[in-house]
Amino acid sequence: MSSNVYVYILVMAGVTYLIRLIPLTLMRKEIKNGFVRSFLHYVPYVTLAVMTFPAILNATANVWSASIGFIVAIILAYRGKSLFMVSLLACVSVFLIELIL
Amino acid sequence: MNTNISNWKKGVRDGIPICLGYFAVSFTFGIMAKNAGLTPFQAVLMSATNITSAGQFAALGLIGASSTYIEMAFTQLVINLRYCLMSCSLSQKINASTDFSHRFLVAFGITDEIFGVSVCKEGKLHPFYNYGLMTSSIPGWTLGTFCGVLSGSLLPERIVSALSIALYAMFIAVIIPPAKGNKILSGIILLSMLVSFLFAKISVLSEISSGFKIILLTLLIAGIAARLFPIQEVANEQ
Repeated sequence: MSSNVYVYILVMAGVTYLIRLIPLTLMRKEIKNGFVRSFLHYVPYVTLAVMTFPAILNATANVWSASIGFIVAIILAYRGKSLFMVSLLACVSVFLIELIL
Repeated sequence: MNTNISNWKKGVRDGIPICLGYFAVSFTFGIMAKNAGLTPFQAVLMSATNITSAGQFAALGLIGASSTYIEMAFTQLVINLRYCLMSCSLSQKINASTDFSHRFLVAFGITDEIFGVSVCKEGKLHPFYNYGLMTSSIPGWTLGTFCGVLSGSLLPERIVSALSIALYAMFIAVIIPPAKGNKILSGIILLSMLVSFLFAKISVLSEISSGFKIILLTLLIAGIAARLFPIQEVANEQ
């Protein structure tokens, strides 16, 4: 069976790459349709919001540290801190909370 | 070109939080890959060629069950179909005049995280910015896998737990600043989180896989938002 693992990897990598590649290469021209443009403009915000919540609450060892990390990230992001700072300080706050709990 | 290098550097810098978060997630993946019987080389190869967390975790289950290749292909298609939406969105960020070949490289790096960071950047997308993101984040993904396979106990649990919030915190850092002072965008984000929460809590809906849930809610909420609040200023975005 282990010899098949490489074929599995090839199949999954191929499928995944094609999903990523096809729209990017087919949609080369700027779309003029106002609805489609607006839709694509809103896509990342909805996608990222859906992916973040409520999954973030189960990301760490317990829901309390995750909640604190979530709140810290919101406050820092609202203040316009960089991706790196928001990310790092959320991690640090989770670490500190879990030391106490 | 100087702009290439400066964009690449910006990307490398913005990719560091992705790298941290990837390390934590792929570390867990590495441990599971080892348990599923993969060699370190196979696990790292899978990570380096796929760069997709949900797809790779699902693949371990399929390999363990000796599924057919068709099943593997179909599962990956369903789980990773959200990349198709992201690719559509990203296609409009790249200047039509940008050399066609760049699209093949940029496509390889369309992950939730790289997409999120690059698409929300103001103005048109510079491919070298994406290459920068890939330069710093993909090694985090592969190295994390490698460390996970090699020794699951290499990192204390506390560290892995803390790092596990990195990607989510980064998503928040991506979506909140543009929403500040923008009632429509703020409303869309809050609504998305609320509906996502309901999907997780309502028993019938919680059985929907996370990949499909993302596609469904994105089509629905972004579609309604586009109908109710069409964007005008996007047309002038250069």
